[in-house]
Amino acid sequence: MGACFSMADIISVLYGKYLNVHPTAPTWKERDRFILSKGHAGACLYAALAECRFFPISNLKTHYQNGSKLSGHVSHIDIPGVEFSTGSLGHGLPVAAGMAMAALMDGHSNRVVCLLSDGECDEGSVWEAALFAAHHKLKNLVAIIDYNKIQSLASVDETLALEPFADKWSAFGWKVFEVDGHNHEEILMGLTKASDVNGPSVLLAHTTKGKGVSFMENSVLWHYRTAKDKEFDDALQELMAL
Amino acid sequence: MRDVFLKRLCELAARDERIMLLTGDLGFKVLDEFSSRFKGRFINVGVAEQNMAGIAAGLALEGKTVFIYSIANFPSLRCIEQIRNDVCYHQANVKILSIGSGFSYGQLGMSHHATEDITIMRALPGLRVLSPCEDWETVFCCEYSVAEQGPFHIRIDKASAPSTAKPHEVFRPEKLRRVTDGDDVSIIATGSILGEALAAADILASKGIGLRVYACHSLKPFDSAELFSAVRETQGLLTLEEHTVEGGLGGIVAEILLEEGVIPGFFQRIGLRDKFASVVGAQDYLRGHYGLTASDIVSTIEARFPISNQTRRGTCD
Repeated sequence: MGACFSMADIISVLYGKYLNVHPTAPTWKERDRFILSKGHAGACLYAALAECRFFPISNLKTHYQNGSKLSGHVSHIDIPGVEFSTGSLGHGLPVAAGMAMAALMDGHSNRVVCLLSDGECDEGSVWEAALFAAHHKLKNLVAIIDYNKIQSLASVDETLALEPFADKWSAFGWKVFEVDGHNHEEILMGLTKASDVNGPSVLLAHTTKGKGVSFMENSVLWHYRTAKDKEFDDALQELMAL
Repeated sequence: MRDVFLKRLCELAARDERIMLLTGDLGFKVLDEFSSRFKGRFINVGVAEQNMAGIAAGLALEGKTVFIYSIANFPSLRCIEQIRNDVCYHQANVKILSIGSGFSYGQLGMSHHATEDITIMRALPGLRVLSPCEDWETVFCCEYSVAEQGPFHIRIDKASAPSTAKPHEVFRPEKLRRVTDGDDVSIIATGSILGEALAAADILASKGIGLRVYACHSLKPFDSAELFSAVRETQGLLTLEEHTVEGGLGGIVAEILLEEGVIPGFFQRIGLRDKFASVVGAQDYLRGHYGLTASDIVSTIEARFPISNQTRRGTCD
């Protein structure tokens, strides 16, 4: 749940204000493409798609259940609005780069957005795609890093330090926008400015894992855990008060 | 085989602007025709195979027919998870073209020997696996892979392998091709090592043994019907591959026959057995060193045929 809450604001802005998508036409050719490369936070995407009426909100109850289509890591099969199935980290950005390239080749104006986790940037394939996107000036490609600074076993700094992270992306030829990942105006401003860049852009979204629930914030434990019983009630209470 | 494949691909690309070719920084000079004729549809992605496979999936999901090109195991094993998750799970129209099957790059060492890819790639759901045996089949495999939607793994030799097609022969995709007639023993070969099976057939013919040789260009799907005919109409069966027998052609055949209860009089898989080739040598030399030649086939058959009582009892390999 921690991984979902750190990106909830980003997803809200994407589906609420930025992405040109339509629930009645999920395969419309000119739609913006969104790939959730940090597929383990699929629940957040499913929630947004349901809110946007890509499928009934009642379907969310089937998440993780036997016989369901809503798997723990995001799946595209029979789920309108999901562009691509992910789950193994490092896959999303190369695919997004391919989609972005196709759009430019064919003269389509749609954008491609790919949301990655910070720990995911340990994967070499992310940097292969970064090199490629900059080399080919994929100006319709935006990556967003959910930079909550915690990964599976410990903090990012303790595991495999990414700093100076902005400098790394910049050195790879990307335009970097550092934003508060929980400030909707900043997120939208960064996305909007990305349109003026003649190459790929990355939003380094500084976020808090488990944001909004005091006992989940900045906790490695809540990377894995799902709230139950009293924890669930307490969490819901805190979130409703926001 | 590489050159005829690429020539045909260029002809097809001239008529179909969806066809794209990506390379992982390999193919010096040989991709020049495609890259010069179809600018914008050729991309050298650099030495980055995982990225190449991911990009290919993205392009394919946007309507392109994408070939990813490299040698030996680079476009397959190096990016196997991308092929599994991004290409196969999405049934993306991506064709993995691996140049240098088996010991094609013999002298370069084991890193460049494609000797386990059949086993690994055929396990991926929805991925068809083609392994043409000579130039004529290669051209048709190219056409077939373009005509059919969905993922393909196509493994071909670098060098030319002379055509064994009869005049007016029609290529039948996914079917075992009977190249020689024979009613004593059958052998199924995949890849250019078919040539060794044909040479063995000539030797055996002079000894009065009829070897029925099949060329197998399609490992998945596999032509079970013709396989059963071969077993029922001859007295023993061999498989031949420049590849491990573990899960390769030999494994495919064994699985199908045993599950169906169609049991040959005797059965022998010829191929590599749990070995890397650390001896240096050209393709022919390595075939000789690892027991994959016509004379090895002949000795194997002479040891098992005619079938004695001892040979018949419980000797599936």
